[in-house]
Amino acid sequence: MAQPKNYGFEEEAGMLKDGARRFFAQKLPVDQLHALVADAYVPERAPEVKWRKDLWDEMVALGWTALAVPESAGGVGLPWVAVAALIEESGRAAFPSPLLSTLQTTAVLAACEEAGESALDAIAQGCAATIAVMDASGSPTPGAVQVIDGKLQGTACFVQDAGKCDQLLVLAMDGDEPALFWVASSADGVEIQQDAIIDLTRDQARVSFTQVAAERIAVDAATAWDAALPAMWILSSADMVGAAEWLLQTTVEYAQQRKQFDRPLGFFQAVKHDLVNVMIAIDESKSLLYSAACALDHEPERARELAHMVKASASDTAAFASGRTVQMHGGIGFTWECYVHLYFKRQKHSQLLWGDAAWHRSQLAALLIDRPGIGEAA
Amino acid sequence: MSDSERKDNAEQAEFRRYCKDWIAKNHPGEPAVRLPLSPLEIMTTEQMAYLQHWQKSAYDAGLIGCDYPEEVGGGGRKDCQRVANEELVAARTPYYPNVIGLGMAAPTVFYHANEELKQRLLPRLFSGEDIWCQGFSEPGAGSDLANVQTFAERKGDKWVINGHKVWTSLAHFAQWMIILLRTDKGHKYEGLSYFVVPIASALGKGVTVRPLIKMTGETGFNEVLFEDLEVDDSYRLDELGKGWQVAMTTLLHERGAGELVTPRAGGLKSKSSLSISARNVMELASHTSRAGQPASDDPLLRDRMVRQLIREEALKEHQRRARVPALTDHPMRLPLQNKLLASEIAQDTAALALEVEGPAASLYLADEHAPARGQWPLAYMNSYGMTIAAGTSEIQRNILGERVLGLAKSK
Repeated sequence: MAQPKNYGFEEEAGMLKDGARRFFAQKLPVDQLHALVADAYVPERAPEVKWRKDLWDEMVALGWTALAVPESAGGVGLPWVAVAALIEESGRAAFPSPLLSTLQTTAVLAACEEAGESALDAIAQGCAATIAVMDASGSPTPGAVQVIDGKLQGTACFVQDAGKCDQLLVLAMDGDEPALFWVASSADGVEIQQDAIIDLTRDQARVSFTQVAAERIAVDAATAWDAALPAMWILSSADMVGAAEWLLQTTVEYAQQRKQFDRPLGFFQAVKHDLVNVMIAIDESKSLLYSAACALDHEPERARELAHMVKASASDTAAFASGRTVQMHGGIGFTWECYVHLYFKRQKHSQLLWGDAAWHRSQLAALLIDRPGIGEAA
Repeated sequence: MSDSERKDNAEQAEFRRYCKDWIAKNHPGEPAVRLPLSPLEIMTTEQMAYLQHWQKSAYDAGLIGCDYPEEVGGGGRKDCQRVANEELVAARTPYYPNVIGLGMAAPTVFYHANEELKQRLLPRLFSGEDIWCQGFSEPGAGSDLANVQTFAERKGDKWVINGHKVWTSLAHFAQWMIILLRTDKGHKYEGLSYFVVPIASALGKGVTVRPLIKMTGETGFNEVLFEDLEVDDSYRLDELGKGWQVAMTTLLHERGAGELVTPRAGGLKSKSSLSISARNVMELASHTSRAGQPASDDPLLRDRMVRQLIREEALKEHQRRARVPALTDHPMRLPLQNKLLASEIAQDTAALALEVEGPAASLYLADEHAPARGQWPLAYMNSYGMTIAAGTSEIQRNILGERVLGLAKSK
């Protein structure tokens, strides 16, 4: 299969992307975001879930949770490239919401065929969901939660936006078989303990399961999970790409306005060339993002390879863009009052989730060097 | 059916069928003469004659200049040059020798010369009967191109040229040169004018072409000296003092960011050359032994080879994304990165290949034990030509910072 020239990014997708950008910019501009999530500044503060539930309800009313749900399960079934573009805009706004975790959950459920349909239907109706799988080392290999006598037992770590989600998709081990469960976060025996994290725009929790009775999704969970990973990596990358573009544009504006030695900062090539390098890094990730997202629909045989590429690239871009942004803002960039730190922290969080750059490159090397011929360019 | 074929309009689809058909019948096959990696390194008259013959046959068949109007020797088609290029590259034909003519002189002449001059120059340029070279850089005008000092002094309706141009590829074969000249010493930018000048007919009569030797030991480019060369005012492009603007048309096309698509052929893998790609380095690593293990098992090398592969893949995707306005941030943001990225990625890939080869990378072309016949150290050294020529990487970053990001000009 070959990819369409325009990545399958049709007019509808463009309207969604533009509309989302306006929505985030109007509903929660960065000064209001800062006031919402960064009002307190003691590093020892107890973890809090800071978000605007009313805005999430508006997003649900706009139908955004139904976009990635296949039509067969009552959703819109937009191409993944359009969904990635929506997440890119949410990342550009560093928006606090369960959108990313819900769409990643959607990707796993969509890989479950009919077995995932009732959960997908709930998401299409506006249910916010997240994935509980990681152990304390952050490994996405199931094992942190076990199935004992048909009930869930154990603790999943690094559960994203758990404090905002209605449902948990749990990847547990039943003996030596992975199994997927669909659990209400309010169910008996589920305890959500918020982590105190650097990223102020998201929440994260350890979720403990004590003899939790849960609905099992009747599917080969190992296969479904494996098939969904590329989409999860791609969406995570989309958030970083959008946030990196905000960092670039904000720093460019600063370099145009701020004067030293009677010249705008951007006059100096040490600054100018560095900003160009940030742009180059973003564009690398961006082109790979659309290509990888498009591959999910049009070139599935290359989706994994391209998803590794974009998560590796976007993770490096996230670190590079946020580091350079703080540095080029100088002293003010190092302060709490400057908005840059919100993005710096969100980027660091995203960079390290679902496999960092080096891990994705090592996976890609195994695909391409040890099994040559796979993903040979068309 | 390939991806690009599916997107063809009716004219392109019909033209593509025609191209395929013509190429099937007229592909020259494996060349009788040994060809260098790039047309800029053509050294012998035998190589040049072979390639000129090939270019003429492609032009006569309508595969060159497709999108130019018929009055100037073009095909009068719309968006068809890309189609011919795709088919020729896919069919792995030889490249065209007149690269500077096709890529830089033709669009410049087309946009800035009068009708009479266009009709006289362009058909023989397209056919490759006239080879072109470019006279921009000088010993004192490299990155600061507007500092050119080669002076044209007015003498009635003639101009008398004196000065010194350098890094002039193909000058030893060229009939014509596009040249940036100073016509007014009082103004830096407004004092520049742009001409086409006949070179071959003036050799020994005001023009001297001398080869320069690259750090690789190869020839390929030249310096060109002008001593009282008289040229007619009708060879001037655009208005007096507009040379800088005309030069921008040339440079934009040279960097692959111009309006007109450059006619291209190629893809023919000469047995004596290699292509610089991460996949080739991976291949090299899997056949290179390190302490009894394949170098491709070394985790650090693997990481770096994959990193290069990712950069290459993204650059390839840039070509596609640049044509999807909904997914680009600024119309020139990707096109202006093209030359910078291609040259820097190739340089890093070649450097990595030398590390894979290890101490054997010290063995050069004439050593029978050299891995890949010494082509990797050759490619690595040559890569510096790419990051320096056509605007250094530093100048490219200035352009991107100023034109795309809107930062204050560094001059």
